[in-house]
Amino acid sequence: MLLQFAKSIRQYKRDTILTPIFVLLEVFIEITIPLCMAEVIDRGIDGKDQSFLISFGSFLLVLVLLGLVAGLLSGFFCARASAGFSRNLRKDMYDRIQEFSFDNIDKFSASSLVTRLTTDVTNVQMAFMMLIRVAIRAPFMLIFSLLAAFSVNADLSMMFLVAIPVLGIGLLAIIHFSYPYFTKVFHIYDELNGVVQENVIGMRVVKSFVREDFEEEKFGKVSGQIYNVFSKAERIVALNMPLMQFVVYACMLLLSWFGAKAIVLSGGTDMTTGDLTSMISYAMSILSCLMMLSMVMVILNIANASAKRISEVLQEKSTLQNKKHPIRKMEDSEIVFEHVGFGYGADTESKCLKDISLRIPAGSTLGIVGGTGSGKSSLVQLIPRLYDVTEGRVTIGGVDVKDYDLYTLRNEVAMVLQKNELFSGTIKENLRWGDSTASDEEVVQACKLAQADSFISTFPDGYDTYIEQGGTNVSGGQKQRLCIARALLKKPKILILDDSTSAVDTKTDALIRKAFLEEIPDSTKIIIAQRISSVEDADQILVLEGGRISALGTHEQLIKENKIYREMYLTQMKGGEEDAKQ
Amino acid sequence: MQNNNTQPVMKRKHIMKRLLSYIVGRHKALFAVVLVCIFISSCAVVLSSLFLETLIDDYITPFLTESAPNFDGLFSLILRMAVIYAFGTICSFLYNRLMIRISQGTLKEIRDDMFRHMQQLPISYFDTHTHGDIMSHYTNDTDTLRQFISQALPQLISSVISVVVILVAMFANSVPLTLVVLVFAIIMVCTSRKVGGQSAHYFIRQQQSLADVTGFAEETLNGQKVIKVFCHEEQVKARFMKKNDGLYEDAVRANIYGNILMPLMMQIGNLQYVLLALVGGLLALNQIGSVTVGMIIAFLNLSKALCMPISQISQQISLIAMALAGAGRIFMLLDEKVEEDHGTVTLVRAADVEQDTAEKTEKGWFWRCPAEDGTVSYVPLKGDIRFHDVDFGYTAQKTILHKINLFAKPGQKIAFVGATGAGKTTITNLVNRFYDINSGEILYDGIEITKIKKPDLRRSLGVVLQDVHLFTGTIMENIRYGRLDATDEECIAAAMLTNAHDFISRLPDGYQTMLTQDGALLSQGQRQLLSIARAAVADPPVLVLDEATSSIDTRTEALVQSGMDRLMEGRTIFVIAHRLSTVQNSDAIMVLDQGNIIERGDHDALVAQKGVYYRLYTGDFELE
Repeated sequence: MLLQFAKSIRQYKRDTILTPIFVLLEVFIEITIPLCMAEVIDRGIDGKDQSFLISFGSFLLVLVLLGLVAGLLSGFFCARASAGFSRNLRKDMYDRIQEFSFDNIDKFSASSLVTRLTTDVTNVQMAFMMLIRVAIRAPFMLIFSLLAAFSVNADLSMMFLVAIPVLGIGLLAIIHFSYPYFTKVFHIYDELNGVVQENVIGMRVVKSFVREDFEEEKFGKVSGQIYNVFSKAERIVALNMPLMQFVVYACMLLLSWFGAKAIVLSGGTDMTTGDLTSMISYAMSILSCLMMLSMVMVILNIANASAKRISEVLQEKSTLQNKKHPIRKMEDSEIVFEHVGFGYGADTESKCLKDISLRIPAGSTLGIVGGTGSGKSSLVQLIPRLYDVTEGRVTIGGVDVKDYDLYTLRNEVAMVLQKNELFSGTIKENLRWGDSTASDEEVVQACKLAQADSFISTFPDGYDTYIEQGGTNVSGGQKQRLCIARALLKKPKILILDDSTSAVDTKTDALIRKAFLEEIPDSTKIIIAQRISSVEDADQILVLEGGRISALGTHEQLIKENKIYREMYLTQMKGGEEDAKQ
Repeated sequence: MQNNNTQPVMKRKHIMKRLLSYIVGRHKALFAVVLVCIFISSCAVVLSSLFLETLIDDYITPFLTESAPNFDGLFSLILRMAVIYAFGTICSFLYNRLMIRISQGTLKEIRDDMFRHMQQLPISYFDTHTHGDIMSHYTNDTDTLRQFISQALPQLISSVISVVVILVAMFANSVPLTLVVLVFAIIMVCTSRKVGGQSAHYFIRQQQSLADVTGFAEETLNGQKVIKVFCHEEQVKARFMKKNDGLYEDAVRANIYGNILMPLMMQIGNLQYVLLALVGGLLALNQIGSVTVGMIIAFLNLSKALCMPISQISQQISLIAMALAGAGRIFMLLDEKVEEDHGTVTLVRAADVEQDTAEKTEKGWFWRCPAEDGTVSYVPLKGDIRFHDVDFGYTAQKTILHKINLFAKPGQKIAFVGATGAGKTTITNLVNRFYDINSGEILYDGIEITKIKKPDLRRSLGVVLQDVHLFTGTIMENIRYGRLDATDEECIAAAMLTNAHDFISRLPDGYQTMLTQDGALLSQGQRQLLSIARAAVADPPVLVLDEATSSIDTRTEALVQSGMDRLMEGRTIFVIAHRLSTVQNSDAIMVLDQGNIIERGDHDALVAQKGVYYRLYTGDFELE
């Protein structure tokens, strides 16, 4: 996993390497300063050597400035390295997601992918920053300080051998005992967000049923839980500071007592006052390094879970691969299904399509009807290889769809999905998804075919009307027609509409189908619909039931021969469906 | 931060004051104890620096000249220090512990206040704010507050106290040396303000560009399948990269300023440290101002102790700025105007009717109408709704509904038909006062609806919305949402009445099936059936039905339809029709166009009229 993440450093390698180098330089200087300081005090001030005081003092000043430069540079390179690393990581993930097949997409939900791209990457970036800076600084500082302390006075330094484990174990224990509470808190946070989200989305329901108090109570329970668990976690973490103070103060007192004795008893030879002050500052830096290390551990711990989630995305292999020598040209648009079987995911047992054989001649129209879950959408999704068949094969113009170049295939097959999506941007921008080079005339022409031009031209901004995120500012029927126009702009060899005119009135629906017949006679057209009226004039109508072909024929044949089709037709007629009057 | 001058600063001051009133104002006693503890613990830190001076000047240096030094005095000094340290440690433990109650308590109060306030906000608030924006008050904004209260605030207090105590101690020791330290302290404060301000500025910008990336990712990942179908991968990649680069730029700047702050502070501290030794040493050697070695060492330590809190504050600047921004947004939510309710008329059970009226014997509910002179009259709840010359607009500038007149007698079914934006849904939103009308009046059983208390008004109206919203919980709980005191039997009876019982009992856990994510595991039709059952449990005399537009298969649609039909029996019904097949048996059909009722009458009359309704009916127009 680490190797995989290292790949995302790329052009920031230089910054990543320079950071620890400057950190080390900074640490080195920081250690040297108290050492030299002791000299200044002992020889300069105590020894009353003014010229030494001045010359050595100025040397120290230069050293401090050097340290400043090193510190600034390490901070600078660290910022670039970590921000750059997370930039690449986001890019790698996003690029990988774009390679995903529908299978892969189904596995991750959109919201989980968004969290991985944002919060998780931020956590990993934080950890990366810690790793190249603090995780280098703290241990080296610790070791250098310890070495320096031992060189000043080995006997006195022995006490660090006790102090370090005491503080270390204490800090580890705090992490160990508080961690489960923190993970629990994050779960409750999710719950809290869930309650708020439901409440906001369903506000009209809440208000209509006058359930404000009920909702407050529900929310109060969760927020009370957060209070309790978070308090428990923080109560443990609150031990951090007193523990640190306890150890630091104990060291100070011991150092003062034994240090003073050593100085006095040796008459200021073995140990000096300067040594004592250096020892005390080493003690401080050793103990604060431990503190820093424990912080690094906490952050790495949090980042670990995030890193795993990111790695899941990066390692996900697209289940659709191009053949080695794909066919880049589609000659003919005749579609043939040969004993096709299909099931979602790895579960091959529960198939949603079984033994489908079907021939759709080029330029003809196929209508598909059937209840929810009969496999209508699954069937058509096999044509542009949104999913791959698990049994049998699908051919277009006599060539297995798997042999086509994926780009060629999807370019020639235009599909209007059941779940229509428009993207924030102008109508024109949205339509040009179909063909980015399309002229304004072509765009208008496609909209006329899809019966969209009439309502677009009533908008004050016409084709430059801005579509809000999710297309919330156009009605359902308008959205569907825009999506059809977008697909038409591709000038596809095969056009598939997956229940794409459900919100369009029957008359417009009929006009759209008429336009298909007149304007794109050579394209093969497949129309899935709930309304019989949308398919009744198709060349063939396929009735699906439980993943199998129940019947195939024209409207007249099916009315006579197929029970399901007849039932559907009759219920829709009984409802006084508009088309009866046409 | 620095350059967007005075006006926001004033505002920030105001936010800070209000935030503190939350934190301090509601925990006065606790906070006082915390302050005392922080004070003692900071004093212990300062005393430990002075302690070294005493140690060296009063003990070590004289001992060196004595032949047989007596360590008893030294021992008692150390003991004294040990006691002081013990106090300091205990106090810092105490204030850390108490601070948790303050910080978590404040956060809980803020969250609860926000949610409580949000429940009172008018629907228009939710129309004009995206869900994401509202949600972020509970997540991001509260989170920045958490860090501020539990981390930055105690740090800030202890730092300020330490700085003051240390400066006092320094002045007491040596004025010239203190001046040297003061100069550096001022340099440090200025640097940290400048650099910290920059870093805060970019951190806030980074937050915004992160939101930008999130928004883009959300939109494209939700529409990922469309992207695939149109082979649009390369284009979205390029657009993502552009936003990603923006985030990178801000992140680099924010982190550079954030990263260099600490080394900057530390090296300025070191610089001061060395200069102090130099100046102090020269003063001592030349015997100016009675400077001793112990004093220099104590000063060195004091100056270190002074740098610590200053650089600690500098680390918190970004945090404080972000918390203030977050608190500002939270207070904005808390300052949003709540729904007004001047109603005095309430709904009471027949049994609670104090007066002997003719209808006293009737079962059911009554409107209790207090008159201004103190007398109370009772009106039976029937479900008679009338609109008189109602005008309405979402904003004052634009009227959406014009002079709407209509009446619905108890038990009648009124249907609204018209294109999207004609005002169908708007009319029904006026009855339950989601929005208030501009002029005219709406009467419920002869009482003006503004005189009825909102909760009672809404309780007397059932609503089945076109977008179904279910809540996390069991199916039973979701049905009971209609009336909280309904028994299980009543819920099941409601489900049976509305055709929901069949599919519920086919589920493995039946009525105890847990629903999550707005009932994701149910089909659209099933969710609709549940929402109808929920309204049935509430059993209101007046019902507003907004038909579903999404396509459900024919069989379920028939079930939903007959469920609705049964629910409608014996009630006053307003139905917003998206399919004409369902309105033919209405008592009256209102055809709306751009906020005007252009045709009205029953089905046969309207068809005979051969107007707009007729053209809709024959499929010339689309409804949606």
